[in-house]
Amino acid sequence: MTAENKRNEAMMPDIPDEKFTIIGIDENAGEVLARKRISYWQDAWRRFRENKIALVAAVILIVMIFFIIFGPMISGYEFEEIDNTAINQGPSAKHWFGTDNLGRDLFARVWQAGRVSLIIGLVGAFVASIVGSIYGGIAAYFGGVVDDIMMRIVEILLSVPYLLIVILISVITDSKSLGTMLVALTLTGWCGIARIVRGQMLQLKSQEFVLAANALGVSPIRIILKHMIPNTMSLIIVAITFDIPGYIFSEAFLSYVGLGIQAPQTSWGALCAAAQQNFMFYPYQLLFPGIMIALTMLSFTLLGDGLRDALDPKQRK
Amino acid sequence: MKKYIIKRIIYMLITMLIITAATFFLMHSIPGDPLSYMARNLPEQTRENYYATYGLDKPVFEQFIIFMKNLLTEGSLGESLRYPGRSITDTILQNSRVSVVPGGLALIFGLIIGIILGIIAALKKNKWPDYVVMFIAIVGITVPVFILASLFQYVFAVRLQILPTQGWGQPENIILPAVVMSFGTIATYARYVKSNMLDVMGQDYILTAEAKGVSRFNVIKKHVLRNAFLPCITLLGGQISGIFTGSFVVEKIFGIPGLGFYYISSINDRDYTMIIGTTIFAAGLFILAQLIIDIAYSLLDPRIRVQ
Amino acid sequence: METNEKILEVENLHVSFHTYAGEVKAVRGVDFELKRGETLAFVGESGCGKSVTAKSIMRLLKPPVAEIKPESRIICNGRDVMKMTGKELYAFRGDEISMIFQDPMTSLNPTMKVGKQIMESLMLHRNMNKKEAREEAVRMLKMVNIPGAEKRVDNYPHEMSGGMRQRVMIAMALACNPKILIADEPTTALDVTIQAQIMDLMRELKEKMNTAIILVTHDLGVVANFADRIQVMYAGQILERGTAKEIFYESRHPYTWALLSSVPKKGNESKEELYALKGTPPDLILPLNECPFASRCEYCMGICKEQNPMETSITDTHKVSCWLMHPKAPKVKSFYDREGR
Repeated sequence: MTAENKRNEAMMPDIPDEKFTIIGIDENAGEVLARKRISYWQDAWRRFRENKIALVAAVILIVMIFFIIFGPMISGYEFEEIDNTAINQGPSAKHWFGTDNLGRDLFARVWQAGRVSLIIGLVGAFVASIVGSIYGGIAAYFGGVVDDIMMRIVEILLSVPYLLIVILISVITDSKSLGTMLVALTLTGWCGIARIVRGQMLQLKSQEFVLAANALGVSPIRIILKHMIPNTMSLIIVAITFDIPGYIFSEAFLSYVGLGIQAPQTSWGALCAAAQQNFMFYPYQLLFPGIMIALTMLSFTLLGDGLRDALDPKQRK
Repeated sequence: MKKYIIKRIIYMLITMLIITAATFFLMHSIPGDPLSYMARNLPEQTRENYYATYGLDKPVFEQFIIFMKNLLTEGSLGESLRYPGRSITDTILQNSRVSVVPGGLALIFGLIIGIILGIIAALKKNKWPDYVVMFIAIVGITVPVFILASLFQYVFAVRLQILPTQGWGQPENIILPAVVMSFGTIATYARYVKSNMLDVMGQDYILTAEAKGVSRFNVIKKHVLRNAFLPCITLLGGQISGIFTGSFVVEKIFGIPGLGFYYISSINDRDYTMIIGTTIFAAGLFILAQLIIDIAYSLLDPRIRVQ
Repeated sequence: METNEKILEVENLHVSFHTYAGEVKAVRGVDFELKRGETLAFVGESGCGKSVTAKSIMRLLKPPVAEIKPESRIICNGRDVMKMTGKELYAFRGDEISMIFQDPMTSLNPTMKVGKQIMESLMLHRNMNKKEAREEAVRMLKMVNIPGAEKRVDNYPHEMSGGMRQRVMIAMALACNPKILIADEPTTALDVTIQAQIMDLMRELKEKMNTAIILVTHDLGVVANFADRIQVMYAGQILERGTAKEIFYESRHPYTWALLSSVPKKGNESKEELYALKGTPPDLILPLNECPFASRCEYCMGICKEQNPMETSITDTHKVSCWLMHPKAPKVKSFYDREGR
């Protein structure tokens, strides 16, 4: 025994002998996890909650959706009700957002228009993401020549500016209903998601846990359901959130250019286009639908940012 | 490298052919025919002459062959339906020359500001400059350009009266549209540069540089910026071709007689030959710009150069 | 040149990472010193704090996530690294002390020629002009046995193989003839044959340039013929330290035994399985009032779960933190059979 050892011993309080009996490894203790482990979705939800900006965006969207559903009823006017005695009025107690050049109540019209814009945004994004996911999934699943051809098609479609295709299809279909507009908007809109899904699927296919599941004899269907879809889901959710404002904007653009929704139906873009003519004199007519478009797009973008940060496992700390 | 370029050019030509054919046949698949809308009130004889002039009496496929032959041999995209005798190629070239001025200024201005803002945001991450830049970027992305244009017009032309509302020909006519158009570029680049820089700053080789004793300023200057900027080049393709086609809405609002403006009027006039021509021109330009950018990128980035 | 001059002293090093889940105390009171020209190895599993310790010496960890606690002392060549200003730190890194990283694929700037990356530190610390620095870079590349160095100097990293890139990293780190070289898992990302070549190269250069080396690795096999002294780390603490001989042949700590037993033995004919440790290291967020290895230790005693043992000196160089060293503890024999080596 060295001198230092003796010193150490002297420094320590006297320890009873029975403390020095070997007890070895407690086999059960090892299984008890010291800290509570959190699942992916719990963790994502925690991160999302911490993102105040995304939360505010979500609240704004909920409020807007409430008004889009109930706004036209609250106003007390029909959105197509023409009143020659109240043309181009500014905002007042009677007409909260004022009236347009036909004396129609803008509060009712803005929310009515919101229905069209929002439906286009939501339906467009969902249709595109479903078509895109299936397309991308098929390409990734089959691989090889099928994948090559399918992705070449996507590349060609993406090599034409998006708005040009939308304009072209709108000119050709020329019916200006909600349905044909959706067709025009989604005809190439799914390409982006198809690429994302394919990329993610291919990456997953080669990853260890999928290989391991494969080696363990887990059925392909189970692998797809248990591993591929949940791991792609977050990407698709984020893509949808970013696509919605894109479709709302494209619709607004089309309507603004005169290729969009036809009277008596209206959308935010159509309202903006109508207001543009008298903009110098009645700027508020452009202001309200303009704010709505901006606010919706802003909220969806911020929500998408928040979702992406929350769902991206790479940023997990 | 040579092989890569040749392959890309061949792909481009095939893509162009497909797009041209698709545009042409789609436009001719409109119920009735392109002229029916315009010629509906004309007497029988005039109408037939009209059809013959534009070759619309022939089968669609034959029309396409003639169209392609004219395009390839003379660079001709045909004649306007609305304004008979007006060459579409000439009109496009003339109008795109107008579009280049505000579009080019907007791109240069937007690039410079966007990159500077992106760098600031990355270096001051999660501090107030980052928040300010990201707010500007998000506004630039989410506020539709027609609202932005109207807003600027209202503030600077109607209220302050320091710039003209509309028109073309004077230097001051360019300022407002260029500023409005640059917003999108600023927003795109600020976001992209920021995320690229943060990405690069987390790479191992940055730690290596720091371990060598390179100062923070030089790490950013010599190691981060180049690697962060390179991918930004890929965004330029769309932006450059956008200069020529002009911003549809901005040109309309500010009354600039550019290509975008004419495209919108030809849509409203249902001037089908003009629509076909402009679409093909714009798509071709976009693809060409993309190709040039891709080649430039592969020359500038040593990682791609070898492959 | 055998002197006893201490060129690095680390005392009471505490490093924490501030994460969402809480403060991860990655390094918990590490002391060690390094003499001129000496080779010291940090050995341990991933997450034991060996790499964090190495990076702390150069203050390469990024605040505010990472924090070197103020009670820590890092003295290099008589200068307090903790008190260095930005400028002093830049002058210090790469000149007096430099570092090689684990993955040569990602540790070199992909858009800068390798020569330029070597020249960078020469021009910074040696005040060379471009021409001199370039010549020196070529010389360095030759020194790390890169064939055709005159041409290779203008290569981009991706034009080289992994082993070649790691040679470039070594050339870069040694360019300014530092007194200390930290090698953080320098061979982990490489093929086995290349690993041996790189280790040989490092050994050769160490003797040539008399550089002190801190080798961070999880692989005792790499350390065997290379290190003068070894420190076995676990959960941010040093459990056992000693000369290479002491660790390999006279180790006292059950964790060291476990590590040694998990290395395949040369010429082992029997079908004996490699030893595998059960369980996982302790959660570094939680406070630790016991021996960190207690829950995985076959010789765990009651006291081990109540108090963290103090360091006991076996010889001047050999020190062990284990309750088995206590006079009252039973005498156990290592299950690691040294005869097999």
